Amino acid sequence: MKPTPELIAGLESRFEHAVIAFVDDDGYPLSVATGFRADPDRGVVILNTVAGEDVQPPEGERVNVVFSHIRPQPGIGYDERRYVSLWGPLQAIEGKLELAPDRAQGWDEQEMSFFEFSERGVPQARKYLDQLSEETGREVRPKLSFGWLFLRATRLPFLTATFVPVLLGIAVAAWKDGFNWWLALLTVIGGASVHLGLNVANDVFDTRSGADEANVNPTQFSGGSRVILYGLLSMRQMTLLSFAFYAIGIGIGIGLAAASGWGLLWVGVAGALISVFYTAPPLQLVHRGLGEICVLLGFGPIMALGAYYVQTGSYDLEPLLASIPVGILIALILYLNEVPDRPADAKAGKRTLPVRFSKKAVIRGYVGAVVVTFGLIAVFAITGLIVRPTIIALAAAPLALPVIRALRESYESPYALMPAMGRNIQLHLATGVLLILGYVIALVADGVLDDPPSLLT
Amino acid sequence: MAGTVAAPRWPGAATTIGLRDPRGSTLGIVNPVGILPEPIEALLETALVSELTVVDGSGLPVTHPLIPLYDGEVIYLTSSILFSKKLEHIKANPKVSVSISDPVAVDVEPFRRATIQGDATVDDSDLHAGWERVLPLWRKKEPAIDMFLGKRVALPLFFERAVIEVRPTRAFLWDDGATDRPPQVFELAKAMA
Repeated sequence: MKPTPELIAGLESRFEHAVIAFVDDDGYPLSVATGFRADPDRGVVILNTVAGEDVQPPEGERVNVVFSHIRPQPGIGYDERRYVSLWGPLQAIEGKLELAPDRAQGWDEQEMSFFEFSERGVPQARKYLDQLSEETGREVRPKLSFGWLFLRATRLPFLTATFVPVLLGIAVAAWKDGFNWWLALLTVIGGASVHLGLNVANDVFDTRSGADEANVNPTQFSGGSRVILYGLLSMRQMTLLSFAFYAIGIGIGIGLAAASGWGLLWVGVAGALISVFYTAPPLQLVHRGLGEICVLLGFGPIMALGAYYVQTGSYDLEPLLASIPVGILIALILYLNEVPDRPADAKAGKRTLPVRFSKKAVIRGYVGAVVVTFGLIAVFAITGLIVRPTIIALAAAPLALPVIRALRESYESPYALMPAMGRNIQLHLATGVLLILGYVIALVADGVLDDPPSLLT
Repeated sequence: MAGTVAAPRWPGAATTIGLRDPRGSTLGIVNPVGILPEPIEALLETALVSELTVVDGSGLPVTHPLIPLYDGEVIYLTSSILFSKKLEHIKANPKVSVSISDPVAVDVEPFRRATIQGDATVDDSDLHAGWERVLPLWRKKEPAIDMFLGKRVALPLFFERAVIEVRPTRAFLWDDGATDRPPQVFELAKAMA
């Protein structure tokens, strides 16, 4: 990049000394520290001369002048890493050396996070690996242990999004009708398989569309698994993995339908279609701003109704109502995670809601959805549409407050938003667990008490 | 040679190196523990950052701040493949220099500055684990590296690393850090040959 007057003006306040690097007569680079002052008006850096004929920078030739700073942190290492590197011709003027830089590069970790700085190096890493593969005649790839790679490729921790609605559907079924352990276990495994298949397929399509490559601000919650982009797994391996998960999930689904009733196929087919066309062409629902609706339906009513049907062989209004709040909250996980991804998503033509709407509208949307979620829980529980002990799920509502605060204060900062993304996942998990606990309380009260009070059922 | 120094300048004689005075004459002098004079070794052992300068394809110097590691013979620097341009440059032209210039980043009294020129090689035979041989030296300077290594799954490409090994050929020492005075110059390769 070209050095700007602002860059040159900031040198004196950001750095204590300069290092002049040049190539000596033997062809070796040689670097010498010296004092400096900046003249941003003229776009030059004035360097003190150095003594000794062995270390004289060559006048009139292009040199590299670097400014570097760290702050030692005993027992840890250091922080406040920053450097600026300038190139240009060096002239001796009035007992000083004057650098007129025409090229600059640098990094300041207080301006660009280390994660983003690293992410911007991915194309160089891939180039190096390709060159090394060519040099050595064998494919050189980065590695991760099998466990870490599986966790990363499948985004395993996000399975809570499946466990919550499935267990909620099972809990409602247990309250209303009955409960079969084996069917419950197979439902969880089948639901998890479809979810993992979706995660992996999502990475395949986002890599193909260029959305992942364009995203230099991935976080542990957003930006995909990046295993294809990093060269940890190939496109083919990920495609096969996705098919394998879908095959397991669909196979279990068919088995469960055979055991419980073919009516299960209605939600099964709906879930599979939403899952596949979430990112797959031609529909690419997430690219059309419909991702939240898909996720709400898929990880809310569809999972809960399916799990309920497996246990009871019929559909009912109660699992549908109970699952709507968790569906909204899981959609809010996607919604928030799309906030840091929006520049890359926009570049890849992925018109998500945060891409379409202003910061103000996005925050209002989040607040409104949280209010609706907990309002529905209160109304459903008080009116007895779902068991009354589920009112305890309102206790999770305060978890939304730091998320709203972070959205207001750190909307433009992906890494400052990371704790809020974690808290948002906790909001979904805590609300879901408390809803399930509400049903467990009702079940226990019903089993233990001859005539349980209406507050407990 | 302009003359010979009878007594070692630093305790613990090991190898003989050539010392040139600022006017360009060479003095015979006895080196201490390792390859480099002790004041420079002390800098390398404590410095949290150094400036590695390589020469790019167009012949221009390119400087990178990096942690220097030293085992008494070789200066080691490690580079992630994310920032591997310097590795390409070294493979094309192994001549490099390493300077230690930041008074904040070293723990030596009195403060001094040094630049070491040398020939570098890149060890990228095992990017995944080969660099772990210098981990004990790295850990001494940046204990937090173990914490980052524990989160390798979050930064998989950062921990695919090559090791740059620099064998010193010449060194410059500014005893008090002031570069407005000529440095002492140590011709290491000639004396070692």
